[in-house]
Amino acid sequence: MKHVIVGAGPSGVIAAETLRKVDPTSSIIMIGDEPEPPYSRMALPYYLIDKINEEGTYLRKSSSHFGNKDIDIIRDRVSTIDPKNKSLNLEQHDAISYDKLLIATGSHPITPPIEGMDLPGIHSCWTLEDGRNIVNKAKPGSNVVLMGAGFIGCIILESLALRKVNLTVIEMGDRMVPRMMDQTAGNMIKSWCQEKGVSVHTSTRVDAIEKDSGDSLKVKLDNGEVLDADLVISATGVAANIQFLDGSGLETDEGILVNDRLQSSIADIYAAGDVCQGKDFSTGEYSVQAIQPTAADHGRIAAMNMAGKDTVHQGCVNMNVLDTMGLISSSYGLWMGIDGGESAKLCDNDRYRYLSLSFEDDVMVGAQAVGLTQHVGVLRGLIQTKLKLGKWKDHLIKDPTRIMEAYLANTQAIGHNAGVI
Amino acid sequence: MLRSLQIEPEKCTGCLQCEMACSYQAEGVFNPSKSRIKIFTFHDEGRFVPYTCTQCTEAWCLHACPVEAIVINEATGAKEVIDDICVGCKVCTIACPFGTVNYNQETAVVQKCDLCGGDPECAKACPTQAITYVDSEHSGLERMRAHAAQNLPQDNA
Repeated sequence: MKHVIVGAGPSGVIAAETLRKVDPTSSIIMIGDEPEPPYSRMALPYYLIDKINEEGTYLRKSSSHFGNKDIDIIRDRVSTIDPKNKSLNLEQHDAISYDKLLIATGSHPITPPIEGMDLPGIHSCWTLEDGRNIVNKAKPGSNVVLMGAGFIGCIILESLALRKVNLTVIEMGDRMVPRMMDQTAGNMIKSWCQEKGVSVHTSTRVDAIEKDSGDSLKVKLDNGEVLDADLVISATGVAANIQFLDGSGLETDEGILVNDRLQSSIADIYAAGDVCQGKDFSTGEYSVQAIQPTAADHGRIAAMNMAGKDTVHQGCVNMNVLDTMGLISSSYGLWMGIDGGESAKLCDNDRYRYLSLSFEDDVMVGAQAVGLTQHVGVLRGLIQTKLKLGKWKDHLIKDPTRIMEAYLANTQAIGHNAGVI
Repeated sequence: MLRSLQIEPEKCTGCLQCEMACSYQAEGVFNPSKSRIKIFTFHDEGRFVPYTCTQCTEAWCLHACPVEAIVINEATGAKEVIDDICVGCKVCTIACPFGTVNYNQETAVVQKCDLCGGDPECAKACPTQAITYVDSEHSGLERMRAHAAQNLPQDNA
């Protein structure tokens, strides 16, 4: 059996390793288009603050890891796929055939349709190469404008602030991380950043970027303000890397459409990670989540199915954890709540603490937390196990911090379970 | 023989000796807030529940880690965080459905139970044997048996 994986990010790597485990005699080829060994974009913010060097971003630390597992890595880009002949055309190498194909090509930063976005001095923060450029230009005292205060914007915000630049953040939503957290939390993060000396403009758009004298830029905002910038970082969202599939017959929407085995519309072709429009645990619908835990789950499940071990994907809980200049926030599942569902909220603006739990009947379906680092994972556990909370829902409405107790009371030998053992 | 922490909440008196022993072993200080094992209190029922990482086979934390900073100790079976490799991204803390991987803002890395390399201090410190370090094959067996019996029709129980 010959497995070919397009993409060398977390999903592709986990798929390759899983395939080696469950299909030991197969041939496995992984194709990646970046010059470095497989690395993690998640680690880039820590590279920006010199917490780690480039090697620290690598997904696997041993240089012989892939060789030892007999996983061949080809450095190239796939130009087109030919499902009829089960082969891939590469830009530089000869075409390669496959028995089973996994597309794990990830996503790319989108460029907003704004005049001047092609000027030098405007970077995304997506690849190691981007990271190197930012490290070079974000010098102490330089003026940096960050476009977008979504997840990626917020996570690199701290790196930039630590590099002692004069930072201004422009977000068109009415709060920070609008796709991850509600008004209360998003505005709490905003005032935290402002208190730390970062200028944050929400409900604001960039109208145009123009070249100024030398290397500097002028960023024009829709409120009439004009900002000087030595560096502009664009973090306005990502989109799935599906362009190369045009004409292949593979069905796509926001990402590659798959069934609950992560199999695409064409037999023998699977998709995983940011490029895959997979099942969402909470909604039952298929959407692109573009998060690390989902990429890992997809990689493993797609590989199982490619190896002929029928494995159903139950759907991933959409979740994120974010550190914005030391303020840690996380959100899970249907964090915005559901119609007719109850919720439990605890909010302390002065101390930057917020906890919001959403329920459907007595089952937790979503959660958001700001300033909480202890036992946060249990929120995922409570949601994904659909644990019936019984009277503990009322306890949580009175005191949402008792999430661990709510979990333990319903799973351990205490309370109504005390008779067991 | 792999061994596991066996926790029997009904024996716990809530004395927090385990938390003190754990924090001293892991961080060199007597500070329950730094402990990897936690005692949760249920005052209405008069119960205390020690809880920490079960070193689960699924190891969601390990698979979610983007930089291979969580590895299996082959001798103990523990999933251990390598502090020098952990970047502090916290993905494991939301991935662990048991809530037993926590981020430490002071050290900027995550922390979890590592079974003290095979000689867990919490078990040694527990004065009532609510926490014991036993053959993995046996942990939970009695509880499973009791649970199964509870589900039998009354006449047969």
